Amino acid sequence: MKNYLLSMYQPEGPVPGPEVMDGIMAEVDALRRELQAAGSWVFGDGLHDQATATVLRASGDDVLMTDGPFAEGKEHLGGIVILRAADLDEALEWGRRYAVAVTLPVEVRPFATEAGG
Amino acid sequence: MAVLVRLAGDVDLAEEAVQEAFAVAAERWPRDGTPPSPAGWLITTARNTLIDRHRREAARPGRQAEALLLHAPDEPAEEGPVPDDRLRLIFTCCHPALGESARIALTLRLLGGLTTGEIARAFLVSEATVAQRVVRAKAKIRHAGIPYRVPSDADLPGRLSSVLAVVYLIFNEGYLSGSGDPVRDDLCAEAVRLGRLLAELMPDEPEVLGLLALMLLIHSRRAARVTAGGSLVLLADQDRSLWDRDLIAEGQDLVRRCLRRNRPGPYQIQAAVNAVHSDAPTDWRQVVRLYDQHLALAPTPVVALHRAVAVAEVDGPAAALTLLDDLDLDGHHLFHAVRADLLRRLGRDEEAGHAYEAALARTENPAEREVLLRRLAQIAEAGPPTRRCPASGDRPT
Repeated sequence: MKNYLLSMYQPEGPVPGPEVMDGIMAEVDALRRELQAAGSWVFGDGLHDQATATVLRASGDDVLMTDGPFAEGKEHLGGIVILRAADLDEALEWGRRYAVAVTLPVEVRPFATEAGG
Repeated sequence: MAVLVRLAGDVDLAEEAVQEAFAVAAERWPRDGTPPSPAGWLITTARNTLIDRHRREAARPGRQAEALLLHAPDEPAEEGPVPDDRLRLIFTCCHPALGESARIALTLRLLGGLTTGEIARAFLVSEATVAQRVVRAKAKIRHAGIPYRVPSDADLPGRLSSVLAVVYLIFNEGYLSGSGDPVRDDLCAEAVRLGRLLAELMPDEPEVLGLLALMLLIHSRRAARVTAGGSLVLLADQDRSLWDRDLIAEGQDLVRRCLRRNRPGPYQIQAAVNAVHSDAPTDWRQVVRLYDQHLALAPTPVVALHRAVAVAEVDGPAAALTLLDDLDLDGHHLFHAVRADLLRRLGRDEEAGHAYEAALARTENPAEREVLLRRLAQIAEAGPPTRRCPASGDRPT
């Protein structure tokens, strides 16, 4: 088994209102329960706005602290899911369902170390 | 190779094991004589190398299972790659999570058996570029966990179309090279070989047979398609006695087999069009009907363009030109070339000239450029635009 990171990328600008978000959140919850039932769920959550981010950079003996996200861009990380899957096809199938549910592009990436169990 | 890739679970490991086996063979065969089944000997030796390696690494987590797989007592004697293994490898090499150029390079390298240098020459890129594509693709297969597996029935249609697209891209690169040689027979032959392999492995998939038929029928005209001087000869002007009758018969037979299945798809329809072209004279009404069917399955502007070419033969160039007006294909050289020919046949030489120039600006293929330049010169020779009678018996192109 392998662990995969699903990153959901969100465009700049206001988040849709509750009339849209409520439906999306219900679908995301349903997917989480399904992943849990399949024993594939590791972790997942949405992130606060990118304005809440802080970046730390080591510089000599010092660590510099700056306000804001690491990379400024038209899209930023809106949330992640970490799941366990037998292979990429299985991970992609979950990823496909997240892409439909959240209506955002989803990047699927393997973690470097094999998942235990 | 495919057997070993499955056993090794890793393309690099399998390749290394094969190289080691060849090294051992080079040392032993001259001394002890060539074994009765050289291929089987190599596979067995490479497999033993892999087992040794797995024994050494079995202590590492995650390796035990692979070591067990290699020790499975019921493993049949290895004589050659069993069909299932090659099929798994094809689907892995053509996995849609890999980029198109990586899929092509991997397929040619692992299934076509071309060297990195040969692939580089075929696609006019440096050997280092191909090597890097292959290395990156293999690393992605390993790290991302792209499985060695024939997809489930539910996924098969989508995944199969990726496999067929890779083979057809290889064929087209040979048939209409982006630049350099006008036709690269070696690539066409390689694509046909892959097509035959697929047809052997998946005889129940009509689109697999359709693709093979399509390639065979196009390939059958290769001797007539280019002159000794390297000029392209249009279908209507080709010397039909140069066509390979055996390939045509095989292609037409495959088309008939597809028709009996009654599960039409884009490759089967294009094969059927080419089967019609293989009988003289071409039944253009039949071709239009086939493109109607193709358009229903795949409503794309390129299909509509091909249909318009057939319509010109049935209803005349003016009717076809009207169809072209609706197509958004400005970047496509064929669109301008077809438009130019229709305008020329209608005697609208000045507009035709502009269209030929637009087509020339959009293709690098030397043979195609020559045909377009020839047409352009013909218009110029005709002097100031004179209205020619559309029914003057101009040859269809």
